[in-house]
Amino acid sequence: MQSQTSNISIAFFFAFMALTLAITYWAAKRTKTTETFFAAGGEITAWQNGWALAGDFLSAAALLGIAGIVTSNGFDGMVYSIGWLVGWPIILFLIVEPLRNVGKFTFADVVAYRLSQKPVRSAAAIGTLAVISFYLIAQMVATGALIKLLFGIPYSWSVIIVGTAMLIYVLFGGMLATTWVQVVKAALLMAGGAFLCILVLVQFQMNPVRLFAAAAERYGANVLQPGSRVVSGQWDAISLGLGLMFGTAAMPHILMRVYTVKDVKAARLSILYATGLIGAFHLMVFVIGFGAMVIVGPQAVLKAGGGGNMAAPLLAQAVGGNAFFGFICAVAFATMLAVVAGLTLSGVATLCHDLWTNVIRAGKATESEQLKVARVATIIIAVVAVVLGILFEGQNVAFMAGLAFSVACAANFPSLVLAISWKRFTTQGAVASILVGTVGSIVLICLSPTIQVDVLGKSLADIAEAWWFVPLKNPAIVAMPLSFAVAIAVSVATPVMDADRTFREMQRRILMGPSDPARAGAGSREEG
Amino acid sequence: MTVSSKALERGMIALARSRLTVAASLSFAMIAIYFGFMGLFAFAKPVLGTMLAPGLSLCIVLGPLVIISSFLLCLIYVYWANTIFDRNVKSTLEQA
Repeated sequence: MQSQTSNISIAFFFAFMALTLAITYWAAKRTKTTETFFAAGGEITAWQNGWALAGDFLSAAALLGIAGIVTSNGFDGMVYSIGWLVGWPIILFLIVEPLRNVGKFTFADVVAYRLSQKPVRSAAAIGTLAVISFYLIAQMVATGALIKLLFGIPYSWSVIIVGTAMLIYVLFGGMLATTWVQVVKAALLMAGGAFLCILVLVQFQMNPVRLFAAAAERYGANVLQPGSRVVSGQWDAISLGLGLMFGTAAMPHILMRVYTVKDVKAARLSILYATGLIGAFHLMVFVIGFGAMVIVGPQAVLKAGGGGNMAAPLLAQAVGGNAFFGFICAVAFATMLAVVAGLTLSGVATLCHDLWTNVIRAGKATESEQLKVARVATIIIAVVAVVLGILFEGQNVAFMAGLAFSVACAANFPSLVLAISWKRFTTQGAVASILVGTVGSIVLICLSPTIQVDVLGKSLADIAEAWWFVPLKNPAIVAMPLSFAVAIAVSVATPVMDADRTFREMQRRILMGPSDPARAGAGSREEG
Repeated sequence: MTVSSKALERGMIALARSRLTVAASLSFAMIAIYFGFMGLFAFAKPVLGTMLAPGLSLCIVLGPLVIISSFLLCLIYVYWANTIFDRNVKSTLEQA
């Protein structure tokens, strides 16, 4: 890239870093307890949390990946956009109240509430860490590749820079700093996306249909029609949909955000705001993708490298000049930084709150010990993320993220839903379901063309003959029902005596929350 | 168990049931809309590809509609939960 462009990007990027580091410094002074470290003390407002949720969720794949897919394939990119949105209503309808009223920092709090703490939390930690690792790899790889493309910094160094920045946010500022990093990033992303969208539409009398017509005229009407290049098989499409919808509803870093607001009312509102913001953003990305198709051209985008990821930045350059190009690149970078910070924090919550405090120390760790463990865990996750990021160079971003969703959908979602709604769910059922969901998803992925063809480079014709071959690229359609079936079968085989009482107690807490006046002091989490 | 705690218990069960009804119906609506769309995408591509006008195919109309309907369903739920449901929870507690 031209050095002039790089300088503008670098200037924008340094401005973002300076602002977020100032926020971290401010937040660090307030982060003295686990309440503030993991949940920002419950002091975030619904609006702030709505933006932060959007910031946590809108990854590099949402802007660069989807725009790239739309630019080279047309409509099909939207299948991912829609899938990434429809999980949000499910969180709102089924998950948010139990999560907020029963849990403290993680979704394992809810799954383990009326079951045996140690085995359930250990299993939930395995499921959560698997999801986070997959997703972190996807984010790290995207980041490394993009920075290499933009600034000419070697891939490994790019990953190390991102790892260091996220380490600083989480280590010192905890949830408070991470939340504000997300808010700033979401605002920049929405503003950049909206401006880019407007600059494109200006050329088409502000009418997206004219833009689509121009695309169809140049590249054929099939760019406006569903094709089979992005999602190949019929059942694979359904499986992808399942993974995106129910995986979103069980992403640990998203679920963790319901604890940052004051009460369940604010938690509901923040999910509503986030749904609106994310939906609007995905509609804009669709226009951006077609804009890049017509104005830049799919060939030019492919030639720029990065597997199509340069569509949005190149479009920004074409319609807004070098300064806007620099801005969009910096925004994309900020996006990745913010997402990895959110993921890291939820990984830390799992390692510290679930594994250390509740499994190893059986709930008896002091505040200062927990904070110390949280900070060590942050360093461990940052190092692992950087190492994995370097090892997995060159994978397709949107696709890897999709795999993380499949694991979330099969490992976390069934146990969460059954813990909330099924009286006879048992400890053994929960553990079996989470393990089968996690291992099942990973094994199915390993035996599918995703790993065998795309990663190992075998020919599809060869492995299609093998007895172990799994034709689905997205495992959710098999792994999720399997996880549910195992949960139900094992629970029925291991009945417990006082399920009636503990279930009624949990239902009551779902309605009333920890502040239930009829039993004040019974809850483990104090109000405020 | 006192009389008031029995009334509270009954109120609780009614509240839990009303929440389940609303949450389950809205979830079902969302799942039906989304998998209706994905079903067409997977098994009836030509239908989704029907051109309605130059630059406008059926899927380009339906896709954004799925996004908009997700938001509207959320809006309905939050309105119901934050006004009607929370008021009922409060009055159940006060009566007890």
